[in-house]
Amino acid sequence: MGKTLAEKILSQKSGSDARAGDIVIASVDLVFAQDTTGPLTVRQFQTSRFERLANPQKTVLFLDHAAPSPNQGLSTDHMLLRHFAQQTGCLISDIGNGVCHQIVAESLAKPGDVIIGADSHTVTAGGLGAFATGMGSTDIAIAFGLGKSWFRVPESIKVVVSGNFPDGVYAKDLILYLIGQIGADGATYKALEFSGDSVNTMSMSQRLTIANMTVEAGAKAGLFAADKTTQDYLASQGRDNHYQPVFPDVDASYEQTINIKVPNLEPMVSKPHTVDNTAPVRELKGTKIQQVFIGTCTNGRREDLAVAASILQGKKCHPETRLIIAPASRQVLLAAIKAGYIQSLIEAGGVILPPGCGACLGLHQGVLGDGESCLSTANRNFKGRMGNPEAFIYLGSPATAAATAISGEITDPREVM
Amino acid sequence: MLKGRAFKFGDSISTDHITPGRLAHLRSNLPELAKHVLEDADPTFASKVKAGDFIVASSNFGLGSSREHAPLVIKMAGVSAILAKSVARIFFRNAINLGLPVLICDTDKIDDGDELEVELAAGTVNDITNGNQLTFSQIPEVMLHILDEGGLIPYIKKYGDFRL
Ligand code: SF4
Repeated sequence: MGKTLAEKILSQKSGSDARAGDIVIASVDLVFAQDTTGPLTVRQFQTSRFERLANPQKTVLFLDHAAPSPNQGLSTDHMLLRHFAQQTGCLISDIGNGVCHQIVAESLAKPGDVIIGADSHTVTAGGLGAFATGMGSTDIAIAFGLGKSWFRVPESIKVVVSGNFPDGVYAKDLILYLIGQIGADGATYKALEFSGDSVNTMSMSQRLTIANMTVEAGAKAGLFAADKTTQDYLASQGRDNHYQPVFPDVDASYEQTINIKVPNLEPMVSKPHTVDNTAPVRELKGTKIQQVFIGTCTNGRREDLAVAASILQGKKCHPETRLIIAPASRQVLLAAIKAGYIQSLIEAGGVILPPGCGACLGLHQGVLGDGESCLSTANRNFKGRMGNPEAFIYLGSPATAAATAISGEITDPREVM
Repeated sequence: MLKGRAFKFGDSISTDHITPGRLAHLRSNLPELAKHVLEDADPTFASKVKAGDFIVASSNFGLGSSREHAPLVIKMAGVSAILAKSVARIFFRNAINLGLPVLICDTDKIDDGDELEVELAAGTVNDITNGNQLTFSQIPEVMLHILDEGGLIPYIKKYGDFRL
């Protein structure tokens, strides 16, 4: 019997015949933490009495969630992380560089890698064909010291995506649709492996959006086998694209196959307060929105800002709706400035935040007021997520976000395109 | 044997309910953070819970972020185990790494406030209040060993590496 992509990668990195359900110990190609999980990681590393990092050049600390820091507590945490990097020689990505998952995709992840991070959206690197998964601070601290971790080899669900995207429908709509179908625990402990002719034509940015949100269905990993798009992406990033290609076997055994016909999809939103509470955008027509947020590791890339800018160009945000934009990385911000997207977004009334997590997790810069509603391009709409349990968060694509910013109420982007 | 009262919660209690992002500045001040445990699901929980009590949840407990502060503040509140119909993957692993047992069983049979006794080795939950006995599913052996040592740090200190 052949192997899934998850089984293949974990076999290679554990030096064993890894099959779904097995527990294996695999070496890690990259291990990281960010500024809200890193301080505990550092303390657990120190308590474990490790003398040094297993691989300083494969260990990274990202200052992205509170960037720049809004208060004393977080500033002190940032100092702790900077100091740890100086002492141990690990890499540090300081404020302004951008969201960890975006930097991992741009500069660090390779197809076939095993990557673990103290952040649930570590799954994002699955867009590049890496087996990437989130863990907590203690697991990450131990991997800092040992350069490996234990894994239960997941069963895989095959998601076959076919057909072309209709106008106004994007990768975000596809993944929201899938999560709505299988539920927030529909893939718990499992890998979602994407294939089909639609995947072949998807850009890296779209793949990253989809992989990013697989954890919202509980998945341990969301995987796209590397192909020409992956190679071109690595080359465009000036990266060495010599890697051992890994593919699933044709006779691999999947727990289930889900078929999605993209031409049948329409713009989708997740309604408060769970990601699987999805509906077509048109059903929410008329829902008043006070804040639109475009950014995050899900939809803060150049392509996302391009879509938003094309809709908002020459238009103005609704007077009762504010628009906040956080580019996912410094590279994205620079590219968006060069392409004129930032100019269009600012002229339309938008506020640009520094590259990073921005308003996504309610730490700073865009906290909602009591009873307010936000349409966000992020990946989570849990109660309290944007800093206020009395607020309401809807999730949608950058196009839906831009259309909504103009009309002040949830709007199907096809109406304004 | 673990003994305490059941505090019932519904489906999909996320890590944002347990330790919201807006309190991230308290993550290096754990005693202060622990005062807010589960605040966005039940603001009275922190003041009512006593050492030994149980969290008894429905499906997908702990979904969301990888923040280990979520099981950590639950442990600091004195909770001796979490019982749920299902638990999100990262939360499950984090709880075990901190030495906090997570038991998967049919929690519909337990009511809020019930007195429970849990036998970890036997895999049973006795509901003293209604007389029901439940069994919980076994966790992978590697996790049992970590739990036996009181968490991943003491485990690694003892063995120096993972042992399968
Ligand atoms: S952008 Fe949001 S979801 Fe992504 S890493 Fe930052 S806080 Fe997490």
